[in-house]
Amino acid sequence: MTLDFSVVTDAWQSLAFGALGTLFLAIAGMSIATVIGVLGVAILRAQMRVPSFLVTAFVEVIRNTPFLVQIYFIFFALPLAGVRLNPTITAILALGLNGGAYAIEIIRGGVESIPTGQTEAGLALGLHKHEVFRFIVLKPAIRAIYPSLSSQFILLTLTTSICTSISAYELTSVGQRIEAETFRSFETYFTLTGIYLVISLATMWLLAEIGRRAFNYPQR
Amino acid sequence: MTHPNETKTAQPMVMMRDVEKYYGTFHALKNINLTVAKGEKIVLCGPSGSGKSTLIRCINALEVSHGGEIVVAGHSLHNDQKAIDAVRRVVGMVFQQFNLFPHKTVLENCILAPMRVRKLSRAEAEATARKYLERVRIGDQADKYPAQLSGGQQQRVAIARALCMEPKAMLFDEPTSALDPEMVKEVLDTMVSLARDGMTMICVTHEMGFARQVADRVIFMADGEIVEENDPENFFRAPKHQRTRAFLGEILAHH
Ligand SMILES: Nc1ncnc2c1ncn2[C@@H]1O[C@H](COP(=O)(O)OP(=O)(O)OP(=O)(O)O)[C@@H](O)[C@H]1O
Ligand SMILES: [Mg+2]
Repeated sequence: MTLDFSVVTDAWQSLAFGALGTLFLAIAGMSIATVIGVLGVAILRAQMRVPSFLVTAFVEVIRNTPFLVQIYFIFFALPLAGVRLNPTITAILALGLNGGAYAIEIIRGGVESIPTGQTEAGLALGLHKHEVFRFIVLKPAIRAIYPSLSSQFILLTLTTSICTSISAYELTSVGQRIEAETFRSFETYFTLTGIYLVISLATMWLLAEIGRRAFNYPQR
Repeated sequence: MTHPNETKTAQPMVMMRDVEKYYGTFHALKNINLTVAKGEKIVLCGPSGSGKSTLIRCINALEVSHGGEIVVAGHSLHNDQKAIDAVRRVVGMVFQQFNLFPHKTVLENCILAPMRVRKLSRAEAEATARKYLERVRIGDQADKYPAQLSGGQQQRVAIARALCMEPKAMLFDEPTSALDPEMVKEVLDTMVSLARDGMTMICVTHEMGFARQVADRVIFMADGEIVEENDPENFFRAPKHQRTRAFLGEILAHH
């Protein structure tokens, strides 16, 4: 068997756009996941029974079901409820919800690692609980778990490939099309592997850079 | 005939009557009765676990008490948020572990609550912060982060941070216990100068020199009860109770 990478090099534009699609899904998904993570933990901290239960249930459902089923569920269930979303929006929503559930768990761990003295100092100064969370606890908490959160987000970036199942525009779907048109499976997936590796490394760098800038205060 | 202002000044800063406190089944405060007048300086001492921290933390509602009555600056603490807010607004607290916010500079530590709680503008809050940082002689460190300061400097920032709320009373919970010996003095000096300026102070401390110098009354606690209280002169010269004598013997042996 001879290898022929021209099928891949000929399609470099599609691949480049696919890679951008993947990055877009990943970054949008991470942003939503971060918001869900922070809001979820804020709700848990407010210690109101019904909202806390809903957050806990959400986390458990997401963490104990496969992502592929979740994305199909959103894709096919929402239209039944009269909501029509295009595949890309659906993918971002699914990635955000899935990543958000894991982010809640991780950020909650970070919040619990912050000494109670921090909260007490805030309360003693007259701040309310929600202000203590927002201005005092949140940043050090996220710093404490930033490495775990970053790994989770790398995972989220790779999970974007599953979004091909609902034909969202991203790298794996581009690869599948090239393969279908050329029958050059090895060359195609070898190349995809390389591109995913680069995307992963780039995401890692991006997250590290964000962390370096956001958490630039010295620690004991 | 009493002048209206006179009744006001006669109102105590802190009034605790028959206060009880439980942690689960553990009886941490037993029938506490304590009145602190405006401008008065109280030193609270006693063995570890006797309830000193619990007592002062009841005053600003960091702990909920279970019986009796606590009135602070005219506000009766009955676990409604309004009264708690009003009390915390006028009572500052300094902790053993400083509890500065590590992600904020010294200045940011000092302006957060004044901006959120007192609704000062940033400029006003910064001016206030610089004034009190100067006051604790640490004005030149305003842009540093807590981790870049020594323990003594951190504790002085914590005092300045509390003063930025312009409190009427200050609670201190062993403010020098976490400090290296050479830094104790700078913090005590700050507290002495605060006392000289007429601040109402309730200090949990084993610094007996400080007690002699500024306290109007020294209170000794054991097993959740106030065992003995007296002016410092008589407290140290002629302690009435055996437990007080034993405690003083131990403390003074270490100094
Ligand atoms: N959150 C809590 N839960 C259960 N028990 C507690 C709690 N806080 C304090 N206690 C108990 O209440 C008692 C009084 O504690 P407190 O911290 O007021 O003592 P203290 O006089 O300040 O002692 P120390 O000198 O060690 O600071 C101790 O026996 C302590 O174990
Ligand atoms: Mg204590």
